[in-house]
Amino acid sequence: MTEKAIKFGKNLVTTEEFLAEGHSFCTGCGEVLALRLACKALGRDVIIANATGCIEVCTSPLPVTSWRVPWIHTLFENVAATISGVEAGLGILMKKGRIPERDIKCVAVAGDGGTSDIGMQALSGAFERNHDFLYLCFDNEAYMNTGIQRSSATPYGASTTTAPAGKFSIGQITWKKDMVKIAVAHNIPYAATACPSYPFDLMNKVRKGAEIKGPAYVHIFSPCPTGWRHASDLAIEIGRLAVETGIFPLYEVENGRYKLNVDRPNLKPVEEYLKPQGRFRHLLDEEIAKIQERVNEDYAKLKANVAALPA
Amino acid sequence: MSRRIGLEASFAAAEAARMADVDVIAAYPITPQTHVPERLAEMVADGELNAAYIPVESEHSAMSVCLGAAAVGARTFTATAGPGLEYMHNVLYVAPSMRLPVVMVVVNRALSAPLSIWGDHSDAMAVRDTGWIQVFCQNNQEAFDMTLWAFRVAEDPKVLFPVMVHFDGFHLSHVTEPVILPEQEEVDRFLPRFHYPFALDPDKPMTHGAFGPPDIYSEAKIAQEVAFRKSKKVIIRGLAEFADIFGRHYHPVEPYRTEGAKTLLLTMGSFSETAKIAIDRKKKSGESVGLINLRLWRPFPFQELRRELKKAETIIVFDRCISFGGPGGAVCSEIRSALYGESEKPRVVSFIGGLGGRDMSVEDFEYVVDRGREIAAVGSEELFATVGIRGEVTGIRG
Amino acid sequence: MAEKRLKTGSDFTWRDMEVGNIVTEAGNAGLRRTGDWRSRRPITDKEKCNKCGLCWLYCPDAAIKLSEDGYYETDLFYCKGCGICAKVCPRAAITMVEEEEK
Repeated sequence: MTEKAIKFGKNLVTTEEFLAEGHSFCTGCGEVLALRLACKALGRDVIIANATGCIEVCTSPLPVTSWRVPWIHTLFENVAATISGVEAGLGILMKKGRIPERDIKCVAVAGDGGTSDIGMQALSGAFERNHDFLYLCFDNEAYMNTGIQRSSATPYGASTTTAPAGKFSIGQITWKKDMVKIAVAHNIPYAATACPSYPFDLMNKVRKGAEIKGPAYVHIFSPCPTGWRHASDLAIEIGRLAVETGIFPLYEVENGRYKLNVDRPNLKPVEEYLKPQGRFRHLLDEEIAKIQERVNEDYAKLKANVAALPA
Repeated sequence: MSRRIGLEASFAAAEAARMADVDVIAAYPITPQTHVPERLAEMVADGELNAAYIPVESEHSAMSVCLGAAAVGARTFTATAGPGLEYMHNVLYVAPSMRLPVVMVVVNRALSAPLSIWGDHSDAMAVRDTGWIQVFCQNNQEAFDMTLWAFRVAEDPKVLFPVMVHFDGFHLSHVTEPVILPEQEEVDRFLPRFHYPFALDPDKPMTHGAFGPPDIYSEAKIAQEVAFRKSKKVIIRGLAEFADIFGRHYHPVEPYRTEGAKTLLLTMGSFSETAKIAIDRKKKSGESVGLINLRLWRPFPFQELRRELKKAETIIVFDRCISFGGPGGAVCSEIRSALYGESEKPRVVSFIGGLGGRDMSVEDFEYVVDRGREIAAVGSEELFATVGIRGEVTGIRG
Repeated sequence: MAEKRLKTGSDFTWRDMEVGNIVTEAGNAGLRRTGDWRSRRPITDKEKCNKCGLCWLYCPDAAIKLSEDGYYETDLFYCKGCGICAKVCPRAAITMVEEEEK
């Protein structure tokens, strides 16, 4: 098989796999699919810094690695700082003529925990210092690799092991932290959401983020059959429902201007998204109604931003 | 033409980093280290140093940025003190285990609580086990010299371990002393360009920092330990090369007037110079005393110490930090450990002082020697003795 | 010639460890037979298949490969049997069938 790329309409997708087959992600994992697609968009000329988490663990158990691009993992909480060092190091070595000038994309890969919780400080610093890097947050909405513990990205009403549904609890009682809003608040040139159910949109955004000078942030919805407790073949469907219900809208903010990538005249009811997932099974109608109200509100706010600050 | 100018240890260390042509500096300000990053920032702003200066948002990120920079082959430098060193504790272990040659100046400062910006060795003692090569400086010349030497050793392809250069907060960092600065040409002869054999490079994709399942972690750590011990050869060679080019001779263990001495005082850092004056005074009075300045802290120079110490009857070890509820003096416990296997062991007495900026005078060190000899002769209820604490110290029992 | 197999920790003495535990052989995890995880396998009906390539695109394990004839084939060495390919196929050309008992 010598095909270098496969055509999907006007999209050309490389057949090269930058992540070796035979990785140990769960059966039907949405996150590794998103990662696989992101890597295709990034190509070979990258250096990836990876926080501890599902991606790091499933790709790099000594003595083997799934990575076919240069890759570094140091710790859980510092990927934005590590990539800042890579970026600064490359820049100065090229400036001083120690290494040849070339275009190498500096990319940070982390989960939601390593981003919105323990990794927040380093990320804020890297944004503020205006490093030229792309940050990809693969959001499976909990600390999945360590056994489904809650994070600040866990959605309201989801049951996790450290915020479990119980006699006196509905699970997560706080609302999902909005990382894109936080990224935008740092005035970085590009922030976006993406989902592997919309693969070309995802790849375009990753490519765009990589090409933009300065910090870029892409928040990638990553369905997790193990942690969300849905069937192993449903990752793509769940991802679509997330977008179609307004739970996870697909949009971009470029230099503060908003663009909604997928919009529907009527959003599907959130119940369609919640039903197939075991982590929401305990929710009563009144909680589902709360979620619906909040989604309606947030979507309206997003549309207002799109109207007020169009791309 | 080398010059002799007045410099604080902080400025001397910054000057060494500049002459070493560092590539990346990532530092967070903390008293009493601040003069180091400030001077470096000035140098970069004025074009005296061509480096990427990264004003990170915490020490944890300072060390993390250093890891990333070193991994692409940049000559990397940072500095911190006290709580800043502790804030990067998690990251400290990663640098040597991933074999990333970062050079870090530690301006020794006390750890909280209570908050103290002043000097002692509690920060250094808390990071003993991290796997960094560590040396202590007695004065500002050494602050310059050891920083320069640190790059030579850290980046040696047979080493590739990070190096900490410790010097005392305020006593050295903020005190101006004459420092001889070498010619750039001499520095260039001493310090080859950094070439990292595993640099992250799309043309040669490698995986750094894979995780260690139980069936391989132990082998990884033993390999690290053996390599770390082996680095002593290059440490010594680096000091010899330094002496050849710059004419100043440094050793892992530096005896001062110890020939035939029955009682030896062992100190580290700037207080060694004060203690030496106490030794001089006592020797003038005919006392059989001497001093050991411990320069190389890690890897611990067991051989050299045994050789220097076993001839004495009494060793008095002066620590600037308490290891609570344990050995009391951390350095003392390591000295005891070094001597344990000897058939003829000197008595070892532990003294703790100079905490949180509490100064030690020459008279204080004379007292330490006197009281130390007394304790060696008649014993003591307390596990360690103190100097300069108001109120009689009792209750330090095992 | 010795058959290549997935390296494991037990293959290494401490002297065999690379400096810094750096893995210099890119993608050497690719010898892991994740096909052993499978309890169902995908069967493609070539009559229904229109070679759209979506199964290839959506496979999290990159276990579907483009063949010479333009159809897509599942590499059973890697396929974990998640069933995403069957779900996304616009022609319902893929069915998941139970793996036989060995």
